[in-house]
Amino acid sequence: MSVRDRLPLLTAGLLAALTTAACGSDAGTGTAAGAGEEAADTIPVAATDDACDVATGELPAGTHQFQVTNSGNQVTEFYVYAEGDRVMGEVENIAPGLTRELLVELPAGDYEATCKPGMVGDGIRNALTVTGEAAQLSEDETLAQAGADYQRYVRSQTGALVEQTTAFADAVRAGDVEGAKALFPVARTYWERIEPVAEVFGDLDPRIDGREGDQAEGEDFTGYHRLEQALWVDGSTEGMAPYADQLQADVQEVAGLADDTTLDPLQLANGAKALLDEIATGKITGEEDRYSHTDLWDFAANLEGSEAAVQALRPYLEEADPDLVAEIDERFAATEAELEQYRSGDGWVLYDQLTQEQLRGLSDSITALTESVSRVAAVVADR
Amino acid sequence: MTEPSSPGRGLTRRRLFGLLGAGTAGVVAAGAAGGAIGRATADDAAAVAGPSPTDAVEFTGAHQAGIVTPAQDRLHFVAFDVTTDRREDLVEVLKAWTAAARRMTAGQDAGPVGAVAGSPYAPPDDTGEALGLPPSGLTLTVGFGPTLFTTTDGTDRFGLAARRPAPLAELPAFAGDQLDPAISGGDLCVQACANDPQVAVHAVRNLVRLGAGVVSVRWSQLGFGRTSSTSTGQATPRNLFGFKDGTDNLKAENTAALDRFVWVGNGDPGADWLAGGSYLVTRRIRMLVEPWDTSSLVEQEQTIGRAKGSGAPLGQRAEFDPVDFTKQVDGEFAVPERSHVFLAHPTNSGTAILRRGYSFVDGSDGLGRLDAGLFFIAFQRDPETGFVQVQRNLRTDAMNEYVRHTSSAVFACPPGVRGDDDWWGRALFTA
Repeated sequence: MSVRDRLPLLTAGLLAALTTAACGSDAGTGTAAGAGEEAADTIPVAATDDACDVATGELPAGTHQFQVTNSGNQVTEFYVYAEGDRVMGEVENIAPGLTRELLVELPAGDYEATCKPGMVGDGIRNALTVTGEAAQLSEDETLAQAGADYQRYVRSQTGALVEQTTAFADAVRAGDVEGAKALFPVARTYWERIEPVAEVFGDLDPRIDGREGDQAEGEDFTGYHRLEQALWVDGSTEGMAPYADQLQADVQEVAGLADDTTLDPLQLANGAKALLDEIATGKITGEEDRYSHTDLWDFAANLEGSEAAVQALRPYLEEADPDLVAEIDERFAATEAELEQYRSGDGWVLYDQLTQEQLRGLSDSITALTESVSRVAAVVADR
Repeated sequence: MTEPSSPGRGLTRRRLFGLLGAGTAGVVAAGAAGGAIGRATADDAAAVAGPSPTDAVEFTGAHQAGIVTPAQDRLHFVAFDVTTDRREDLVEVLKAWTAAARRMTAGQDAGPVGAVAGSPYAPPDDTGEALGLPPSGLTLTVGFGPTLFTTTDGTDRFGLAARRPAPLAELPAFAGDQLDPAISGGDLCVQACANDPQVAVHAVRNLVRLGAGVVSVRWSQLGFGRTSSTSTGQATPRNLFGFKDGTDNLKAENTAALDRFVWVGNGDPGADWLAGGSYLVTRRIRMLVEPWDTSSLVEQEQTIGRAKGSGAPLGQRAEFDPVDFTKQVDGEFAVPERSHVFLAHPTNSGTAILRRGYSFVDGSDGLGRLDAGLFFIAFQRDPETGFVQVQRNLRTDAMNEYVRHTSSAVFACPPGVRGDDDWWGRALFTA
């Protein structure tokens, strides 16, 4: 939240660069390419708990539709990664038995089509070679593409955000305390990944993600954390239905706005840094989820979101400052490895179970990563 | 002078001398000589015109600055853990630190670009809080802890295990220790001293930042009000007990005593990289100031062994009068056997160390009491014949009732940085 106060300052002169396209949100379907593009073909992907069979390993450059069927017992995800795990397209949260589509535009190059059963780890990867004319992009063009790349990522998240938040709100409305508790950190994951975009929209962020005591005089305490307090402190959802309704509506609104928002490269760089600051100021301290102690879910989500923003800039950075890219890659990997120690089942260890020494290890890795990511903005601005 | 209480029980004065004489005869003789050092040169104090407190202290030299440099007013001490196993990364940090230390001790920004001259979109390479401030006597002194050479579980992370000199070992436990491991030890340390606290804090903050991803702050300590004089040109300061502290300290002007007690010599262990360096011992000594403040003046003076006002040894008239342990007043020994001066003085401890500590007040302890005391710093040629020997002798110190040692660390400080291409620890990492 503290970052919210700072972003408008950082980006005051850049908000003019926000562009609004006429695309609606597309909840429920993974989206990667701009709306209106026709897929040349449909590529079936058979996902199970231990396999990820992609019908082909070679494709011509262009827009393709992947059709992912999950016949395993675990929820899965499907990604198309470019080098450095830059997300070209992604479908989140494919429940067992479901089939979901992903529309993705792939220029010539080497990719990895990846399933993540259980939504954890590196996933099961398949090499995917896309042939055709490899566009030689200028630095300006790669920068221009970064915003569109990241927008694809945002759209891949907003669908799941709305879906999971709706499920969370449903559980609250139904008085299902345990069900709501289980959904709380999952719904927040999608929110925390894309917060730099969401917080561009003035009063929605505090309404959705404000913490108790953050409100101005006369403002109500609403959003995820209001419900978190009811679930964990009161152990009851009594009187919470209106808050669940409002959260669901607010999230739907922000998802629609975010889908239509293209961040400029400097905003991306600052957003990547801001997400790491969120970790340092809110998650390492246990402030974010002070009742549920599910801070590591948010930590992981912020980290993934930051990496997605950096990776969108990757084609440019690789030309402009390859040493920095190498350092950032290494430090993202180190932070992920540090965090990975605290995985517990499908989720994470609770914050209040972490020792000071363990928190220090997480903090050290974030501090180092932030030092590196903080240098991206100037490299971008050097254009 | 008030009538002293009776001397401590147990050892007679003569027996005590005899015991020490038997075990450490050579050092005792040398220690006695060391004890005379301060007095021998103190008379010249007024004649020495020191540099202005705002001036720069030369960073390069045979020895690191910040050891015999006249003690500045402020301290920011920081101990680091090295968080990588990659030797080349550690070396890069030491080089970057050296470059930044050269600049900051000269009163410049930490980085080559500076706090405000860089890209508006880049984080500045200096944090900026020292802009416009003079060098303020800043010294930065680096040290290497035993765990840099071999971790506590026996791992030789950097191929340095064979280079660890035997004297660089964890300090033994002492009676009454209440050490907190979280604020003890460390792979590396930096002692930042300056006459302006903001300058010292700025230096540490920028070095910490340069080390991100390679080193992590383990613990740190702010200090104020130097508690020792390390030069005859300095007046003796008072510690938080209200007593002059460091009257008989080793002084920069007596180079023969420094060579004997402070600097690692050419024939010493680890001399190939450590000759001209020194061992640094730190102890955070909490002073229980509330009970101290309610003890009578005579008890305070008997505990310390000096007059509170003048700083004179009990039984003497002036601060720099020689301590006379045989002097009797009204049939009692003037300096009690359990007094701090009696036990710590080179004559009885059999050795000498260069003390360079600072007072601290880290707020209060939640029980309404000041969390205050002395952050003790000592430099010596060998911890075993330096601090350890002194501290063992303090087992019966009457002052123990009023102090608690809460942190402990030992580091080997390499010699000074010589030329433009030299860097902290070069001889250790490149030989």
